[in-house]
Amino acid sequence: MKTPLSWIKAYVPDLSVTNQEYMDAMTLSGTKVEGYTALDADLDKIVVGQLIKIERHPDADKLVVCQVDIGGETIQIVTGARNVKEGQKVPVVLVGGRVAGGHDGNTVTGGIKIKKGKLRGVESSGMLCSIEELGSTKEMYPDAPEDGIYILGDDTKVGEDALALLGLRDSVFEYEVTSNRVDCFGVLGIAREAAATFGKEFIPPVVETKGNAENVRDYVSVEVLDGELCPRFCARMVKNIKIGPSPVWMQRRLAAAGIRPINNIVDITNYVMEEYGQPMHAYDLETLAGNRIIVKRAQNGETFQTLDGTLRNLDDEMLMICDGEKAVGIAGIMGGENSKIRDDVSTILFESACFDGTNVRRSGKRLGLRTDASGKFEKGLDPQNCPAALDRACQLIEELGAGEVVGGMLDVDNSMPKNTRIPFDPAKINALLGTEISTEKMLSYLTRIDLGYDSTVQEILVPSFRQDLECMADIAEEVARFYGYDNIPTTLPGGETTVGRLSRKLRIEGITRNVAEYCGFSQGMCYSFESPKVFDKLVIPQDSDLRRPVVITNPLGEDYSIMRTISLNGILSSLATNYNQRNKDVRLYELGNIYLPKQIPVTELPQERMQLTLGMYGKGDFFDLKGFVEELLERLGMNKKTVYNPEAGKTFLHPRKQALVQYDGAVIGYLGEVHPEVADNYGIKERTYVAVLDMPEIYDRASFDRKYSGVAKYPAVTRDLSMVVPKEIFVSRIEEVIEKRGGKLLESCKLFDIYEGSQIKENYKSVAYSAIFRAQDRTLEDKEISGIMEKIIEDLKALGIELRG
Amino acid sequence: MKELLKAIREEAISQIINAENSEKLNEIKVAFLGKKGKLTEVLKSMKDVPQEDRPKVGQLVNDARVEIETRLEEVISRKLKEQREERLQSEIIDVTLPGRRNQTGHSHPNTIALEEVERIFVGMGYEVVEGPEIEFDYYNFEALNIPADHPAKDEQDTFYINKDIVLRTQTSPVQVRVMEEGNLPIRMIAPGRVFRSDEVDATHSPSFHQIEGLVIDKNVTFADLKGTLELFAKELFGEDTKVKFRPHHFQFTEPSAEVDVTCFKCGGKGCRMCKGEGWIEILGCGMVHPNVLRMSGIDPEVYSGFAFGVGLERIALLKYEIDDMRLLYENDIRFLRQF
Repeated sequence: MKTPLSWIKAYVPDLSVTNQEYMDAMTLSGTKVEGYTALDADLDKIVVGQLIKIERHPDADKLVVCQVDIGGETIQIVTGARNVKEGQKVPVVLVGGRVAGGHDGNTVTGGIKIKKGKLRGVESSGMLCSIEELGSTKEMYPDAPEDGIYILGDDTKVGEDALALLGLRDSVFEYEVTSNRVDCFGVLGIAREAAATFGKEFIPPVVETKGNAENVRDYVSVEVLDGELCPRFCARMVKNIKIGPSPVWMQRRLAAAGIRPINNIVDITNYVMEEYGQPMHAYDLETLAGNRIIVKRAQNGETFQTLDGTLRNLDDEMLMICDGEKAVGIAGIMGGENSKIRDDVSTILFESACFDGTNVRRSGKRLGLRTDASGKFEKGLDPQNCPAALDRACQLIEELGAGEVVGGMLDVDNSMPKNTRIPFDPAKINALLGTEISTEKMLSYLTRIDLGYDSTVQEILVPSFRQDLECMADIAEEVARFYGYDNIPTTLPGGETTVGRLSRKLRIEGITRNVAEYCGFSQGMCYSFESPKVFDKLVIPQDSDLRRPVVITNPLGEDYSIMRTISLNGILSSLATNYNQRNKDVRLYELGNIYLPKQIPVTELPQERMQLTLGMYGKGDFFDLKGFVEELLERLGMNKKTVYNPEAGKTFLHPRKQALVQYDGAVIGYLGEVHPEVADNYGIKERTYVAVLDMPEIYDRASFDRKYSGVAKYPAVTRDLSMVVPKEIFVSRIEEVIEKRGGKLLESCKLFDIYEGSQIKENYKSVAYSAIFRAQDRTLEDKEISGIMEKIIEDLKALGIELRG
Repeated sequence: MKELLKAIREEAISQIINAENSEKLNEIKVAFLGKKGKLTEVLKSMKDVPQEDRPKVGQLVNDARVEIETRLEEVISRKLKEQREERLQSEIIDVTLPGRRNQTGHSHPNTIALEEVERIFVGMGYEVVEGPEIEFDYYNFEALNIPADHPAKDEQDTFYINKDIVLRTQTSPVQVRVMEEGNLPIRMIAPGRVFRSDEVDATHSPSFHQIEGLVIDKNVTFADLKGTLELFAKELFGEDTKVKFRPHHFQFTEPSAEVDVTCFKCGGKGCRMCKGEGWIEILGCGMVHPNVLRMSGIDPEVYSGFAFGVGLERIALLKYEIDDMRLLYENDIRFLRQF
């Protein structure tokens, strides 16, 4: 909402504040000012000048030399304008003054300073101004010439401030009005707030329009067939319309509010809409068949041409304004082409109605049509405002001499006045706010904004324009904002102490992030929604459940239309971004949910599973990732045997470089090298490795318990085993043998060398293990260990493993 | 005898002083103090000394021995020091060569900001809780006093799964879930991902994060809300930060406020970051609306409370002076490594 301050001051005449003071105070009392523009910010030293003499320039055909009376002084100005004539009065910027911009309408921040100069050898001290140079447009000043200097009226005084005459000594404020304050969609509502904020008197216009001796009922009838969708419908009639420009004061106010002045009738409807926040509509009565208005629902399949020329498809949820034969407007949204005001209109019917906000919003959505009017109706307007706004419009018709107002008003009132009463309990208000505001002070704040008070029952009477006030907390807010949020003390909640903590899940995630970062992975964040094409990109089998995601019905586009069921796409896309930027050795991780539907179509909330996803290319390989997993599990107190099962069955991973991570009988994740086909799909031309851990499996198994088990007292015995092993035998088989045969005495077995190459026969690898034995209660004897070692060697040989040295 | 001892002593000392290295010193030690050393020889000849003079001569021999030994020790230790010093001086390294690092990873700026916020509130006794990202319309709207067809519902461009299930547009539904559990008093914050159908640009993302805060207890006041958030702002942005509460409207709080803090870059003087205003809006808050309490099974006549919601990205962008929200979701390592 944009409004010139002069319009507010029209109803708060004592208001005298600077722009900044006004902005700050209004914002702090709840009417947020987004900003303001002083219309004269870039204008300076611009006065009314009279052209005394105009002569041809001696050396330029397109220039003329003017002698301009600026009040007690005559100056010479050279201009290229062609529309000036001797005797005219025009805005003149003096030397040292500023204009907002050029004649072409391009403005310059801070304005352009005018200097004394010579044009083709002739001295020029100042400039005659066009409306563009004054920072405005012909649209907003319809009386400005098509091209040339703005001509001021003959009644203006030479030498006086031209900016004041042009309405430019004003500032336009832009307000952010919240959806609950429909009253502040009108100048009067904001003026009421301004008066209350600054403790000044609010003087709304006094409206009385009797009209002539006739009665509108004798001309027109109104029927409302759906009172629920149309709580109130008021109409008045104006005959002998004289279309013409509206007065300058009205044009200036509308222009400052960003509304283009058109003619007196249109301007009055716009003016009242701005002032009262009540949209109005004017019908050409001659186009209304049967002199009837019927407000009813449309029929399914009906079409209607709105006044923007578009043919609209209607349905039976949409409310229409009809005449005796046909629809003439979509209620609250837009009028029809067929009842548009013609230039030779002689009689109009002014409509000022209230429509159900929800219905207007829904209809507008289905029509794909939102107008200034529907934007207001959607909020749910005050039915009591309809007749007041209508009378105001008729008053302006009379004042402007735009027509003859017919007596009486058509008023179909189905609204049920709420007459809300709220118990006034100052103690409760103070208890909620943490203040000690006196009852008198509270009441003074409330009466300033026209809330009533019934002292006999101690109740606040809520006026109809404040439908947002319903309970004690609402009254507390009204008190608080005029008391000043700033004046409310600052305290901390007392009461019972509570323990601050992170959930177990968040603690585990915190440790996980630390370990990932320690291992060189940086944290990324990826979207939760993706394209369904991701499944093909990741070569997920057609019959996989992963291809049955939760689908968004109104996505931003197909690329963001499904909730991810697998987390890899995010990290691979991020790696690709880095690869394309030629970033080397990139390691990323992400902690984010996947969403697994419990059924399709979705009827319950899907399962949200937190996934830790790691991806890397550059330095490092499978075993760096595996090392991370081992490190993480150790930090999370998951010290049971972890199995890395090569039969992971992931189509998107290298068939021979992938493993499921199994722990405690559960699959807690997988890792591997990305299949080259998938890497190609992402445009990554390096070996890429990923790991995914299913965090819910980890939350259940992690442990923060730690116990000291003592440092061994007796010495260990170490035996090394050097072997030549067929390539297809994984070292986990060797470990199994050593662990099984080693029994309780085996403390650990560690791989310390592995080699494939020239010295080893083909399809074999050389593997060396250290087996460490220790007893907790004695020093081991060689014999004991030798027995164990023999069994180990025997078993290894049975696997086709050859022992060396 | 006396002269002989004196001569031996002087000879030894002169040799010690002139010795070039520690080997030579060792030789000197052997030559004078060894089994066949000169001083030992003198002792051996003690049998020729008259009985009564022996203690005196013995004393003299011993004095000579102590003196030679002392001088030897002195010189040896000095020599060792010199040699070590020489070695150290030769072991020069270029300390300006780069350090050998374990290239650790970096936390996302959102996470760093979140951890700061969590630290502040956990310290004040708040529990950090979470709720589902795909949520029932009821929790996201209705239970927050935003009934079906309310204009406020349109203001948040919601992604729908179906008519009852949405991608949550705010973390506020977690409030309701916690209140429904009914364990009072409540002091919680709920960070998490939220979704709104905004096209991606420098200041918008269809997916972003909020941190919801909720306190429910007996006698909680608006003054408590002010005090809490002021403390929070000072902790997060610095002790000199000033806080301004502006009336605003939210469906689920009444009275409601938006909170501005003095620009932490210019301190309130006005700069590019605060668009010259000196103030930056950081969050919305208010006293929990009695309707919301009632719907969650809490009696508003007995309990009151406040709630607030902070945009995590907003905090991260402001605090780390990131000028484009898209950077947060591109995961370019050159960006992430700066945090």
